[in-house]
Amino acid sequence: MIYLLSTGRSLSVRFLLLLLGLSAGLFGSSAGAANERGPTFWMPEQASVTAYQVDALYDFVLWICIFFFVLIVALMIYFIARYRQQKPGDAALSQASHNTPLEVTWTIIPLFLVVVIFWLGFKGYMDLATAPGNAYTVSVTGQKWSWLFTYPNGVSASELHVPVDTPVKLVMSSQDVLHSFFIPAFRVKQDVIPGRYTSLWFRATRAGTFDVYCTEYCGKGHSDMLTKTVVHPTGEFQKWLDEEGDFIAKLPPVEAGMKVYQKYGCKQCHSIDGVASTGPTFKGIWGHSQALQGGGSVTVDENYVRESILEPNAKVAAGFEAVMPTFQGRIKDDEIRVMIEYLKTLQ
Amino acid sequence: MTTIDATHPGATRGGAGVEENYLTHGKGLLSWLTTLDHKRIGVMYLICLLSSFLLGGVFALLVRTEHLTAGQTIMDAETYNRYFTLHGAIMVFLFIIPGIPAALGNFVLPLMLGAKDVAFPRLNLMSWYLWMTGAMFLLASVLTGGVDTGWTFYTPYSTTTATHVIPVTIGVFILGFSSIFTGLNFTVTIHKLRPPGMTWFKMPLFLWAIYATALIQVLATPVLGITLLLLIAERAMGIGIFDPGLGGDPVLYQHFFWFYSHPAVYIMILPAMGVISEIIAPFSRKAIFGYRFIAYSSIAIAAFGFLVWGHHMFTSGQSGLINMVFSALTFSVSIPSAIKVFNWLATMYKGSIVLKAPMLYAFSFIFLFGIGGLTGLFLGALSVDVHLHDTYFVVSHFHYVMFGGTVIAFLAGLHYWWPKMFGKMYSERWAAVACALIFVGFNVTFFTQYVLGSQGMPRRYFNYPEQFAIYHQISTYGSYVMGLGFVITAIYLVQSLVAGRRAGANPWGSTTLEWRTPRIPPWFNFENPPPVGDPYDYSQVRYDPALDDYVWVDQERHEKKAI
Repeated sequence: MIYLLSTGRSLSVRFLLLLLGLSAGLFGSSAGAANERGPTFWMPEQASVTAYQVDALYDFVLWICIFFFVLIVALMIYFIARYRQQKPGDAALSQASHNTPLEVTWTIIPLFLVVVIFWLGFKGYMDLATAPGNAYTVSVTGQKWSWLFTYPNGVSASELHVPVDTPVKLVMSSQDVLHSFFIPAFRVKQDVIPGRYTSLWFRATRAGTFDVYCTEYCGKGHSDMLTKTVVHPTGEFQKWLDEEGDFIAKLPPVEAGMKVYQKYGCKQCHSIDGVASTGPTFKGIWGHSQALQGGGSVTVDENYVRESILEPNAKVAAGFEAVMPTFQGRIKDDEIRVMIEYLKTLQ
Repeated sequence: MTTIDATHPGATRGGAGVEENYLTHGKGLLSWLTTLDHKRIGVMYLICLLSSFLLGGVFALLVRTEHLTAGQTIMDAETYNRYFTLHGAIMVFLFIIPGIPAALGNFVLPLMLGAKDVAFPRLNLMSWYLWMTGAMFLLASVLTGGVDTGWTFYTPYSTTTATHVIPVTIGVFILGFSSIFTGLNFTVTIHKLRPPGMTWFKMPLFLWAIYATALIQVLATPVLGITLLLLIAERAMGIGIFDPGLGGDPVLYQHFFWFYSHPAVYIMILPAMGVISEIIAPFSRKAIFGYRFIAYSSIAIAAFGFLVWGHHMFTSGQSGLINMVFSALTFSVSIPSAIKVFNWLATMYKGSIVLKAPMLYAFSFIFLFGIGGLTGLFLGALSVDVHLHDTYFVVSHFHYVMFGGTVIAFLAGLHYWWPKMFGKMYSERWAAVACALIFVGFNVTFFTQYVLGSQGMPRRYFNYPEQFAIYHQISTYGSYVMGLGFVITAIYLVQSLVAGRRAGANPWGSTTLEWRTPRIPPWFNFENPPPVGDPYDYSQVRYDPALDDYVWVDQERHEKKAI
């Protein structure tokens, strides 16, 4: 706490940190340095450099709210008790009906307080919105109902992996409808929009695994559109990246195919237990003669699987809607190959 | 033979003591369906709105019950998505937007002005029929599977989902006209039908509130209408205004939608604040403190309310500059509301406070709207909003202001004007019990949702991570307690109609003009325009223990002279 107050931070941030320290005592917190505060009554753990700033403002506003709320309710209860009517028809003790200096006072003081809150919020927001120039950039694609992360070397994965203590910038876009990318532990969030890029940045302060939620309603699987941010200790991230990029070479094809099935979010719409969902189940689908929308049928072979992944609306299965997004440009040929091997085993 | 009742100028008694009033004047369903009487229209709206509240409330309880467990409890994801959408759409468009102006304002406004009716009685009836038509569309949608877009209909989900979006949006479009025509009617009525002597600053504050609301209704609702037409055109004809594949912009929809829907929340809360002003004064036997400041703050809220819509979109991808401007303007709107709360408290100071049902609800309002309004500060602060947006924190904030604010004030107004509307009193004891249940149940339900939100739980989630289960369970049990409170309220209100004690003409000792009518107003309101005095000067009335009612001192004097 002392360390944070004495290092070079702006006055407003130090003010907030002071309040944070006070309120940490009141509201209880797990042990640890202030910028790695564990979960409290109100907030999840802090795991990014901007989290503590957000929490400090939250606590400042909380104090102001508690003060005014207690004041208002206490006065109300006191007046009820003190001025309660004794018998019907009793008159009031005073008929004073205006007092301009009082009105001005209780206008100016709240006005001053909200200006302070606005200013602190704005400054904090500018920090949240301005990525450092040297940030490590990961591409994020949202679709109904999964996330895909593509790293600068072209490797893609269904979880976000980042190195600790490194600014990371996410450049995000949607394949279909609005989504929103939210990491509570880092206090970051930004909508993910089709036809446009949006971005957010963070710098994780410790290693660990943190929840990621979709937080813009996007239909049936909205609450299943979850993933994790895995923060690697120094030196570990590159190792992970290399292994991940190599999974097709390293794993047996069927296992690699299962990884592809999970990575691209196929499981959100295609089950492997025989139950049809948004899309047909994969169980027993290989070699099966699939009836098509508009008549006709097709055998589910290598060509049909490849076409369904790259041009999903070319031949839509009968009884299902044409809602599958294309994976053109995202999925690799090798991944399609191992996916096919995996499908063959689902009898 | 009719005799004039001198204590109540304007009343007539028909036959052998049978009192004729607006309820008995004209019999049969058709006389109600073709009425031009603002009081009957108000009662019809009241029945319709309370029914809508029941329907929306049932969906809410179903949604909350689903949340008792982290996974599927009583319905699947698609059903859940439809239910939360219908809960929102029904509550917003069928209940709370028409809300206090339609169900209470229609009845009270002309009476408060000493007038015979609103400026355009036929337009008033048409507003009701437009409401019924819009409601039929929404009801048809409920019966044919509903929609699953959320009540906000964000694109591109709403332009691509297979559920029946167009019938619902047509229904909402029609409801918009009901709102616009009511707003027009009330604006003209207040401008033109004030009696001699009632200058703007001698109007009761409820009328200032209704007036500010009416301005918003007329100016903002057309924007929603156009937005919904664009949405329908996109769905039906693929015009592409919101489709990036065709050069359109999905975020543009949000600007259009919130340009109306933010002022809409002031349509919801301004009349509620007006009701609270009308109750706190007589139940403190004291003039409302800071009349001019309260009046001006209503207009200020209406004006500023048009400038802050972007605070619903801080994480939508819009620029930092826009975010900054909207955040700053948003804080400006909080000040007039705070001013009102302080003035209400100052009214109570050294008053003579009457602890009856309307006032119990007014206290609840101050407590609950206090919390709701203060939590708006968290959401207006940009950096904090990034964390809280689209979480349960927002859900809790708006329920505290819309439900803890508007619905509680609606109940306050209902209990306040009930004896004037129906000439009957309800059980004070049961009203206090129900108020307590609703108050406690509400806080249990929604305070836990603030914590859920700040802990990161997103909204509109069917499944949720197991760590949130305990909060959801507490919240759901709270909602059952609240539901019980409403059931009790319904029972004792119906009981009061059927077999309640007869109310006096002015049981609360108020001094606004609607309390100058007889116990139940006649269909023509006033035979002669009533004398206009200070609406909050309680020396104008006197409590009569023999009648257990308040009498107007000048009417009493007039009567004594006549004898």
